[in-house]
This record gives sequence, C-alpha cells and structure tokens, in this order.
Amino acid sequence: MNTLVTISNMILPVVILIIVAIGLGRKKDVYGLFIKGAEDGIQTVIKIMPTLIGLMVAVGVLRASGFFDFLAMILSPVVKVFALPAEVVPFLLIKMFSSSAATGLALDLFKTYGTDSYIGTLVSLSMSSTETVFYTMSVYFMVVKITKTRYTLAGALLATVSGVAASVVLALWMCG
Amino acid sequence: MMSYLWGGMIVIGIVYAAFTGNLEAVTDAAIQSAQDAVTLCITMMGVMSMWVGLMEIAKEAGLVDFLSRLIGPVLHMLFPGVPRKSKAEEFISLNVIANVLGLGWAATPAGLNAMKELDGLRKMQGKPAGIATNDMCNFLILNISSLQLIPVNLIAYRSSYGSENPASVIAPAILATAFSTLVAVVFIVLVNGLGKKNGRAVS
Repeated sequence: MNTLVTISNMILPVVILIIVAIGLGRKKDVYGLFIKGAEDGIQTVIKIMPTLIGLMVAVGVLRASGFFDFLAMILSPVVKVFALPAEVVPFLLIKMFSSSAATGLALDLFKTYGTDSYIGTLVSLSMSSTETVFYTMSVYFMVVKITKTRYTLAGALLATVSGVAASVVLALWMCG
Repeated sequence: MMSYLWGGMIVIGIVYAAFTGNLEAVTDAAIQSAQDAVTLCITMMGVMSMWVGLMEIAKEAGLVDFLSRLIGPVLHMLFPGVPRKSKAEEFISLNVIANVLGLGWAATPAGLNAMKELDGLRKMQGKPAGIATNDMCNFLILNISSLQLIPVNLIAYRSSYGSENPASVIAPAILATAFSTLVAVVFIVLVNGLGKKNGRAVS
C-alpha cells in the first residue's frame, strides 16, 4: 500500500480525536456545539445548491455538445510536453477565475474519467493546491481601492504553477 | 463576470451541439446535470455538516485562537511592516488558520478586514493611496498559494463519484499545497530582500 494513502487515512480520525478530546478537556458541551455547527453546515450547502445546479448544467451542456473533446484535441499537442492531459487544462484555467465553475468542471472530469484515474487524481490535487488568483485579487484589492498591485500577480501565478506542477508529480507517482 | 462565464458556456455548448448534431445529448445532459447537482448536495450535506460541527467545537474550545497565536512569529517574518499584536496581525493569522482548516466563510471576512487594516497602516506610514504595499502583496500571494490542510469538499465530491478511497488524496494534497506555499514564501522573502538591498523604499 502507498504510504501516502496510509497517512491520508490517518489524518481525519486524528484531527477529529484532537478536537473532541480538547473540547471534552475544556469541559465544553461538545455534542451541543457539534449539532449547532452541523446546522450551519446544512445551511451552507443549501446556499451553494443553486450555484452548483447552474454550473453543473452549463458544464454538462458543454460536455455533451462535444466542445470539450474539440478543445482537448486542439490543446493536447501543446500541453503534452508537461505530462498535463489536455482534458484538465480548461479546469486549470477556469480555476483562476471562479472556484464554483471549476468545481463544475472537476465533477464532470470525475464522472467521465473516474476519481481514482490519473486525471481524477490530478484534478483532486490541483483543486486543493491552487486558489482563484484573479477572483481573490480583485475582491481583496477592491475593498481598499488598490489599482496598482505590483508584484502580487507574479507571485500568485508562480504559486499556482508550483501547485499544479507538484500535483502532476504526485499524481504520476500515485497512479504509477 | 459570472454572467458572461455561465452564459458563454451555455451559448457555446448549444451552438456547437447544433452544428455537430449533438442537440439530443445536450437535452439529456442538461436534465441529468441538474439532478446530479442535487444528489451531490445531499452527499455533501453530510460531510460538510460533520466538518462544520467539529469546527464549532474547535472554535469554542479555543483551538482556533490557539493556532492563530502559534503562527504569529512565522507571520511576523513575512510581514515586517505589521506591528506585533496589532489588529492587522490578528486578522491575517485568523485568515490563514481559517484557510488551513477549510473554513472558507470565516476566511474571507477575516481576509478583507486584514486588507483594511493593512490599508490603515499604509495611511499611517504616509504611503500613496491606490498602490499596494509590500505587506498587501505578501498577504495576497500567501493567501492565493492555497493553505488548505483538509480538503473536506473534495473528499465529499470524490465519495459521491464512487472513489474507492476518497480520503487517499489528503496527504499528497497537503504536500502539493505545502510546496506551492513554500514557493510563495521564498518568492516573498526574495522580493522583499532584493528591495531592501537596492535601497528602494518598497516596504
């Protein structure tokens, strides 16, 4: 068994244990708090449901139209050099602008290629190691009316590329 | 912007399908995708509720505050212009910890407050308005490098699409995130260091 997988399987239980144990140690009403938080969690999911329906329909339409295959065909010679499947490129590009639209594309890739395939693993890893560069920058700088962002974009793009590169290497390793 | 993105996807999809004779498939896909989205939300509801419930305990037990204080010294290195124990430092650490724990809704307000505080510092230092200070650039680069430790949403998505082991990506995801954050930190240190050596007033 892959050691990374073994570690992965230990992280969640350990985190849960730490949280509950500290809660009990500090004499908190852990059960009551959990229920209260769980209620908020349900609210959060209900709030994102319309967004998800809208975006998954749009991605579904694009997939069924054959447009993704067309796009992949054009892109594949360009990105093949980087061990980057062309199917993943639209996801990576959209991820820089909108997290929810990227989620729609990622789910479509999970459905088409399977979550544990090379593409599925690569998408999973790059989803959690990159952020919405342009969205975050515009929202954060807008609040303080900054127009000259200096070296922010360069640094942010460098971090994003590094995240994707690391994801490619790790996904290749995990999927042999 | 979302309107163009979403509208564009729909229009391109339907027009492309009309030319390639895939309209029937598009009809099926539209209806099926809407259903899939609801099924997915139901799966997600369980995992998200569990996580948010646990985080509520973590918050009340002082774990979030504790972690925020713990990273203070590290942050001080990256934000030399931010005074210790200031409001700005507090919001920056809260934003970082919220991101690490996957608490997106707590991260954004803290992040925006941090920007406002950093803008206040900019005014105090008499720097021109409208131009990002080093601290602002550094904060955003760090934030965008992605800091999430346990990608709860991702695990929920993977499990609803039939992954054999939805959690198997946690450790490699942490490695990938750690690498992108490390690169971001090195970039920040290099840029700020070079700025100082050149004798330019950049901070």
